[in-house]
Amino acid sequence: MSDAVAAFSPDATPRARCAPILPLAVRDLVLRYGQTTMLERLSFDLGPAGCTMVMGPNGSGKSLLLKLLHGLMVPTSGRIDWSGHAPSDVTARHAFVFQKPVLLRRSVAANIDFVLKVRGKHRNRCDLLLNHVGLSHKADQPARLLSGGEAQRLALARALAVDPEVLFLDEPTASLDPASVVAIEAIVTDARSRGMRVIFVTHDMGQARRMADDVLFLNRGRIAEHSRAADFFPEPQSQAARDYLHGRIVV
Amino acid sequence: MRDAFGLALQLVISGDADLLEIVQLSLRVSLTATAVACLIGLPIGALVAIGRFPGRNAVLVLMNALMGLPPVVVGLLVYLQLSRSGPLGFLGLLYTPTAMIIAQTILITPIVAALSRQVLEDLHTEYAEQFRSLCLTKLQTVQALLWDARYSLLTVGLAGFGRAVAEVGAVIIVGGNIDHLTRVMTTAIALETSKGDLALALALGIILLIIALGVNAAVQAVRMTASRQAYV
Repeated sequence: MSDAVAAFSPDATPRARCAPILPLAVRDLVLRYGQTTMLERLSFDLGPAGCTMVMGPNGSGKSLLLKLLHGLMVPTSGRIDWSGHAPSDVTARHAFVFQKPVLLRRSVAANIDFVLKVRGKHRNRCDLLLNHVGLSHKADQPARLLSGGEAQRLALARALAVDPEVLFLDEPTASLDPASVVAIEAIVTDARSRGMRVIFVTHDMGQARRMADDVLFLNRGRIAEHSRAADFFPEPQSQAARDYLHGRIVV
Repeated sequence: MRDAFGLALQLVISGDADLLEIVQLSLRVSLTATAVACLIGLPIGALVAIGRFPGRNAVLVLMNALMGLPPVVVGLLVYLQLSRSGPLGFLGLLYTPTAMIIAQTILITPIVAALSRQVLEDLHTEYAEQFRSLCLTKLQTVQALLWDARYSLLTVGLAGFGRAVAEVGAVIIVGGNIDHLTRVMTTAIALETSKGDLALALALGIILLIIALGVNAAVQAVRMTASRQAYV
């Protein structure tokens, strides 16, 4: 674990001097494509620490919400306030892991090295990061020949390489085997324990129970419920969440 | 036809000095033109691939249209610039290999730019969201795309080289087909044909074809190696 500490710590000092970007306040967020409303007047607050699970049926707008918060998309109206910063101003202080990892056509190590280089980080952290995600032995292999679980761990290592304050995870364990899920969760849990704010989209109920501090439940582009995990799982307030948790089809 | 094959074989085996000189000059001119065209065309292709600006569609149409530039027209335009009375006449480049390189570069730069634009735009579609998430600058994006598409871009370069080494119209106008100075495979073939020595012309054509096949095979081998490593 000392390797992991070294992997994360060198760039911590400059960040301490930056104005904080948490807590996050979202007010009346609307996203429309033409006549179709994808997200309808979302308002919620996220505190400075912990893991928020964004849940809800397919098409409820979870991924869109993450991309809006990260600054990859611009809302039709409403406000996303990262403690006084607009999303696009703080994108560099976030990291995003996509459901299908986009890996460069290079070796495993070169994928990390590329990010360290473009973000002006210490290049010697590449080995430490690969060791942290258990991919040291594959450092010289082509990244695109990795298995699904390995590819996602590499994507996570690449995300951690930028020392993000907020880590967005968009269904990173979808279609992975249980061992890979455990490995990914361990890395994310470790990152959270170091103070990284995690915003995690998942359909995996067990995973949500294991990792969530709070749950933001979306249904048809609206917030059906935002509760502490300890309240959400035993006693969901909304009918949509109750149906979802009980495996009933939510349409 | 059999005579032509026999003659081609004889020329190659005997190591005919004149033939070697012609082959060498052909390769030097066309490879240099390809390299220069790649230096100019790849960044243009990359910038158009990732750029969104007014008139982009018009630029795409222009780039694609320029792929079909007639070599004789390019030759004529370069000739007008380099001839003694032209604006660049003082350089004394007309009827030199440099003039031939310039003409071929102009001919194939649009090919390199247009084809690389397509390759890089496809790759960018895959990478764009990740790159935006990483806050890459335009320059960093272009560099990363060019590097990651390097094996596909080899084929683009090859298309440019193929066009350059096979064309005759431009090099004959600006090179003049001067023996031991600007005679290349295609101009030699044209000359021998006009002289009626069809067997020699055909033999030279066969050798040109073999060179083209060799270059293609080499690039294909590189691409297959890269493909096995999932770098394509």
